[in-house]
Amino acid sequence: MIADWLPLLYLLASAGFILAIKWMNSPATARRGVFAGEIGMLLAVVGTLLRQEVVDYQWIMIAFFVGSAIGVPLAYIMPMTAVPQRTAISHACGALAAALIGTAEYYRHTPHGFILCALILETILGFLTCTASLMAFGKLQEVLPTRPMTFKGQNIFNFTLFGCTALTGLLLAISPEQFWLFPILIVLSLLSGTLLILPIGGADMPTVIALLNSYAGLSAAAMGFALDNKLLIVAGALDGASGFILSVIMCRAMNRSFTNVLFGAFGQMQIKGHAEQRPVRSASAEDAASILDSARSVIIIPGYGMAVAQAQHKLRELFDALNKRGIEVRFAIHPVAGRMPGHMNVLLAEADIPYDKLVEMEEINGDFPTTDVALVIGANDVVNPAARNDKNSPIAGMPILEADRARTVMVIKRSMNPGFAGIDNDLYYQENTLMLFGDAKAFVASIVKELGALVHAG
Amino acid sequence: MKPYEFGLFVFMLSAFLGFELIRRVSPLLHTPLMSLTNAISAIAVVGAILITGDKDATLLTRSLGFIAVVASTVNLVSGYLITDRMLKMFKKRDGHK
Repeated sequence: MIADWLPLLYLLASAGFILAIKWMNSPATARRGVFAGEIGMLLAVVGTLLRQEVVDYQWIMIAFFVGSAIGVPLAYIMPMTAVPQRTAISHACGALAAALIGTAEYYRHTPHGFILCALILETILGFLTCTASLMAFGKLQEVLPTRPMTFKGQNIFNFTLFGCTALTGLLLAISPEQFWLFPILIVLSLLSGTLLILPIGGADMPTVIALLNSYAGLSAAAMGFALDNKLLIVAGALDGASGFILSVIMCRAMNRSFTNVLFGAFGQMQIKGHAEQRPVRSASAEDAASILDSARSVIIIPGYGMAVAQAQHKLRELFDALNKRGIEVRFAIHPVAGRMPGHMNVLLAEADIPYDKLVEMEEINGDFPTTDVALVIGANDVVNPAARNDKNSPIAGMPILEADRARTVMVIKRSMNPGFAGIDNDLYYQENTLMLFGDAKAFVASIVKELGALVHAG
Repeated sequence: MKPYEFGLFVFMLSAFLGFELIRRVSPLLHTPLMSLTNAISAIAVVGAILITGDKDATLLTRSLGFIAVVASTVNLVSGYLITDRMLKMFKKRDGHK
């Protein structure tokens, strides 16, 4: 009796997920979107628990409890700067679940034909995404070195490994009774995931995290085919599409191809013999404060360095201090600033900066020539004019924030060490550039203090 | 129509729908979007429940299913909670304080 109504629950759950993503298009409706997603998930879980096949609830309830006990602290304890890591670990969990279900299904039914193919695909993608996400987590958390790790013949080795994985999958699809092949498939998939991330550097993480998101979704969709469950197919396809689009956007924002991101080991090239010393002009917090004080418009360009220094709250104080003086302050956000798509927006929102002050690259680039001060905080490659001027630069053609066109450029930086990609930045040597050497958080704090002192003096 | 043909249709339509919807999401919200789709991919919990609660489950499949339910619950719970936590921070004007 109830069983007749269960497909309806799945249908409503699918609608919930679609609405969830639809409402994410604007900050005004986004929270409603999350709610729709939650309802969708609730309907999906209830609809599954009520199914006739499910008779044993004890272990499911224990698992729910254990999972929540881990998941709730994970969501609340993690600081906002650690959102990329948390997303990576969460991808790993979801993918592990998909992979284990694939494994269990195989040993339970040993299906044939199309279902088996879906099952194999689910298992490969699941295990691959699991280790790849764990590796990404390690790199983001800086447990592992963030620079690309390379060895000789790496690409050939990797392609051979991926080939072997695909071949094992194929063999298994042809002869499903060869049970010994399955553990080999698991090991190969796990290895593939690990080696896939090894040569990828921190700056490419936004693309890779988005790609892993897509894989996790595709794995869930494959599970939908294996279990003949439309809800899984819908949810998986939505995720797969989402991750794919985001990674395409990230690639485009760096003017690089997928292949280049995955196999290019970007950022490993160190500048060799580039010891040429060029003069830079440095300035104190006091100088910076008086320049900002006499400006009418300021654009702040945050980068990963701001996240590392946790400078967003101090930046908010600066934002307030300048606003009080009637100075227009906006933030220019490069699509790949930070370690995941939209990373900077979340951090600045955390610091209570209104989101209409966060402006995208295309919209703000035209305003730089009429801007008095461009303040660069912890960003490097995304403001490097070499991308525009130097055809031989590794970042040639990458769209950049044209901070160099502002009347005065100020760069807060720890030292003159080159940025992640190891490329020297001409911006620092321009005549209208002032280098502010120091920790981003401490320096912004002292600028705010100096601005306060100016008020009393004036 | 065979079940898998029907499934492929559903997949294709959902993928196109996904492309259209996600293209409209402002870059401002890309992080919460990713976190939300991550939470949605915890839908694997459905498969995990079916395996774990099955009456013919062997020790192997039940253990695998159990771990899968735990893993996907972590994914689900933390995914939704942190998405909401992030979105709460996005404010247009700061006149509310």
